Amino acid sequence: MMSAYAGKILRVDLGSGRTREEDVDPKLARAYIGGRGLGTKLFCDEVDATVDPLAPENKLILAAGPLTGTTAMCGGRFMAITKGVLTGAIACSNCGGNFGPEMKYAGYDMIILEGTASEPVMLVIDDGFAQVRPADHLWGKTVHETEDILHGQLGEDFKCVSIGPAGEKLVRFASIMNDKNRAAGRSGVGAVMGSKKLKAVAVRGTHGLTVAEPEAFRTACLDSMAKLQAGEITGTGLKAFGTAILVNIINESGLFPTRNSTQGQFDAAEQISGETIAEKILVRPRSCFACPIACGRVTAVKEGKYKGHGEGPEYETIWALGADVGVSDLAAATKANYICNEMGMDTITAGATIACAMELFESGAITETEAGCKLNFGNADAVVDLVAKIGRRDGFGDVLAEGGARVAEKYGRPEMFMGVKKLEFPAYDPRGAFGMGLQYATSNRGACHVRGFLISPEILGIPEKADPHSPDGKAALNIAFQDITAALDSAGVCLFVTFSIGVPELRTMLQTATGFDYDDDEFMQAGERIWNLERLFNQRAGFSKKDDTLPKRMLEVPMPSGPAEGKTVPLDQMRAEYYTLRGWDAEGRPTGEKLAALGL
Amino acid sequence: MTNILVIDPEKCTSCRLCELACSQRNDGTFRPTWSRIDVTIKVDEAFYFPRVCFQCEDSPCVDVCPTSALYRDEKTGAVVLEQSLCNECRMCEVGCPYGVIQCRDGKARKCELCGGDPECVRFCSPGALRYESGDTWPQAARQAYADRLQALAKEAQA
Repeated sequence: MMSAYAGKILRVDLGSGRTREEDVDPKLARAYIGGRGLGTKLFCDEVDATVDPLAPENKLILAAGPLTGTTAMCGGRFMAITKGVLTGAIACSNCGGNFGPEMKYAGYDMIILEGTASEPVMLVIDDGFAQVRPADHLWGKTVHETEDILHGQLGEDFKCVSIGPAGEKLVRFASIMNDKNRAAGRSGVGAVMGSKKLKAVAVRGTHGLTVAEPEAFRTACLDSMAKLQAGEITGTGLKAFGTAILVNIINESGLFPTRNSTQGQFDAAEQISGETIAEKILVRPRSCFACPIACGRVTAVKEGKYKGHGEGPEYETIWALGADVGVSDLAAATKANYICNEMGMDTITAGATIACAMELFESGAITETEAGCKLNFGNADAVVDLVAKIGRRDGFGDVLAEGGARVAEKYGRPEMFMGVKKLEFPAYDPRGAFGMGLQYATSNRGACHVRGFLISPEILGIPEKADPHSPDGKAALNIAFQDITAALDSAGVCLFVTFSIGVPELRTMLQTATGFDYDDDEFMQAGERIWNLERLFNQRAGFSKKDDTLPKRMLEVPMPSGPAEGKTVPLDQMRAEYYTLRGWDAEGRPTGEKLAALGL
Repeated sequence: MTNILVIDPEKCTSCRLCELACSQRNDGTFRPTWSRIDVTIKVDEAFYFPRVCFQCEDSPCVDVCPTSALYRDEKTGAVVLEQSLCNECRMCEVGCPYGVIQCRDGKARKCELCGGDPECVRFCSPGALRYESGDTWPQAARQAYADRLQALAKEAQA
């Protein structure tokens, strides 16, 4: 009996409807921790990296970590692991809410979904009894409708993940949604679920989880909780203002990407800030499972044409559906956010793809006839209208459903796509934070902020301040952030804990929960192992050094104004140093020695 | 008046750490379905409601228990359960007007205030749970809370 782990994997063949249980291998669990790490290990062993992401041979793994479902701080996460439909790279999208813990209480650390059903299906798991059932009645429904129907049909105590119309229609950036408004958001994991005709997974679990050293684990959890409460960001800032507390900070620092990254400051930032959200639309904060931070926003737009209620916007969303598309109307951006949640799609890529299309429109590459409207920056109605159309691949929405890289390519202006490996940038212009630029370029899933949040040292000064406009030391910082993030994602806790706790606290919680005698080095090495494993998958999928880059605008066009005025990202220098420190060759390939040292 | 768990639902953020702390302390397992406290969460209504025993002075559960397994602990003022006397008849579960006694997997479970040091309070970061004199919870607010709880229990049975 393994401590902290549920101990079993559920394997489901959607083609035949057959399910079977397997044991978690304790040796692999120790080396890859769980969640992102262990899920990726099994995925890479079982799936050919050259597979078409939408083919039946691609698999989708939902994986919780060993700390998921315990009192470990913010320990409620699971990850969706697959080959991404948007990127063609390894995809692992992290999600909070209540699904991950419930999956473990039902007896499973992981669910491996294989093959493709011929008709819409759902997977229902009730305490170790799993069944693939017809889901025609759910097909076409929005995420909220789906959860409501499932709760009526199965009971309120079932926790669900589902896809909305976007996943069904294979929108390349469709999400998998949990608790209605929490998203395994990026890379198109929802489109993989849609390609398998799997509408939802509903789970109920009544079993328990035990940890190896209950008293020591309790002490470690309470110690971490005290540090989270004392931290300025985790204790007060995120709860009061949500992640959008960053709007003013990032804007003032001059790296708030505005109008498809043509500027680094948005003149109407104040109108979409976390402070304004708190004042105008916040109903109350909301926590994911086992989280004392409560950055979630339950909100309502009470009147007007954008009336609605739901959750969000968080920081990246209010940027993507606000500043990036030049929209200053908080109500409109919030409405667009609600629609993305209902459709089940990534708010970042949705907004950034519209922003890309707006620049294409203003440069004359897209006509008004094609777009169906005057697609200028700042056209709030067009944004609200288009997110709904993208979700159903309706009209021009069908074009945008392919994501920014393909849209820019289609209209002959690939340089107008702002992203890496076909994944759009989140809300930090790398010209104002060079380390973040290196992170975007080298991240295994493309331009992503949650694989190594270099904004923390470069802008927020956590754990200590690094000069955002200097390449010095950024390679080493990136490696440290990428490895710790890989390890904590695998453990099942939220990245946000790292604003207040570090490796010793995380390692202690993991060690006392699992009984594996980790020290700090082994914990970090597990992160490094996972990072290299993902890198190897991408290499086999056809990615190489040429893909570890940034759009020309970041490398050659100086930031026009603000604190980062005149800056471009000195990527080559940082990337070369990064490869060296990673133990990779000059082409970014892990060397035999490095792989041997990591046991890969 | 002795201390009870005073609940401030406005402060709750729906994290459910109380459920985990409770089941771990009392049953040695992280198992929300065995927790003596639970948080009712309605996402759409932004409604989070921790539900736990009020340690009623006039306790219907004690009155209906045929084996006298339920009694008041003089030290803490909590209504506690003597497991060896319990015959699993589930009368207390039915008798509780607030639906905060659970009988499942062969055992009745109710909040006994952890012998005077409630673990849920320790893990309640937003301070929605406090262990203090029942006098600090105004009667009107407590009644309103109880009414809401009762309505919820009825809704769940329906």
